[in-house]
Amino acid sequence: MVNNFPIIRIVTKLLIPYIILFAFYVQLHGDFGPGGGFQAGVIFASALILYGLVFGLDSIKRVAPPIVIEKLMAIGVMIYASTGLLCLLLGGKFLDYEQLNHHLYPEYLPSGQHLGIFLVELGVGITVTAVMTMIFYIFAGRKRIV
Amino acid sequence: MSSYIDFPILALLAITALTIARMRDLWAVIMFTGIYSFLSASWMVILDAPDVAFTEAAVGAGISTVLMLSTLALTGKKERKYKKSPGMPLLVVTVTGCVLVYGTLDMPHFGDPNAPIHLHPNPSFVERSEHDMHGLPNIVTGILASYRGYDTLGETTVVLTAGIAVLLILRRGKDEAVASMSTAAPSTITAESTL
Repeated sequence: MVNNFPIIRIVTKLLIPYIILFAFYVQLHGDFGPGGGFQAGVIFASALILYGLVFGLDSIKRVAPPIVIEKLMAIGVMIYASTGLLCLLLGGKFLDYEQLNHHLYPEYLPSGQHLGIFLVELGVGITVTAVMTMIFYIFAGRKRIV
Repeated sequence: MSSYIDFPILALLAITALTIARMRDLWAVIMFTGIYSFLSASWMVILDAPDVAFTEAAVGAGISTVLMLSTLALTGKKERKYKKSPGMPLLVVTVTGCVLVYGTLDMPHFGDPNAPIHLHPNPSFVERSEHDMHGLPNIVTGILASYRGYDTLGETTVVLTAGIAVLLILRRGKDEAVASMSTAAPSTITAESTL
């Protein structure tokens, strides 16, 4: 339906990769620079929503099927909680990342607090992306507006 | 120097807020709330809070504007004119505003190093963080994800709960999907019924 607006279409296609790249940067670099799971999640979701606005609800549902998004909403919280449980199983307290210390390539792979924070932020990012996208699907799906 | 940027941004925030309050056309109001969010995001950058600025720009100006526009498509574009005299609401708003301004008189000056916020969560917290986190320099992430991991788990659960609530309230029932079968293209229906 937006096929009549080539400028919007092309500019969107140019912008989306950079928005997604920035989301990954904020997610993965969150323990060093500003940002973290929530910020990365909303930036990633806004890339998906932009795609949905310009190319229509059906195209975005092919990229990110609602059935998958629905599952990801819960999977994020599950990653967070299971990180905590893993610490519990390794003999520490709930969410006590000191237990995640390991000696497998410590200069490349994160370990201990760093690994814990990474996993937890990943969980937050997945849940936030999925919930924001889902809310958009539901609102936009009520009536054909996009 | 920074006051050359501070005052125009704060003035623009106030002007935008007044404009929003005076307008009746809801479509324009939504656009102005988007502008308001971008201005607050710029303000957050000046206050050295770039992560809050990201969030404000993405959620306030981006996602919530889109959601408001979707809502507008389902309701109407005009705000109904308020019939009664505005005397009483004006009085309430003025009194509340005066109380709020009176409350700020007790607050420490902006950037005051002796403000409680800079003294009370023990400063050693800031000094200790890098050692506790094994060299991760970002104290904010350290506090959110590690020192206060329980809180963040709770917040993430709140986000999930909000998503589930919206799903339960607004998701199309089977009957509605069938009812709109005649108007929409078949491909939409299959996509939406999987939702």
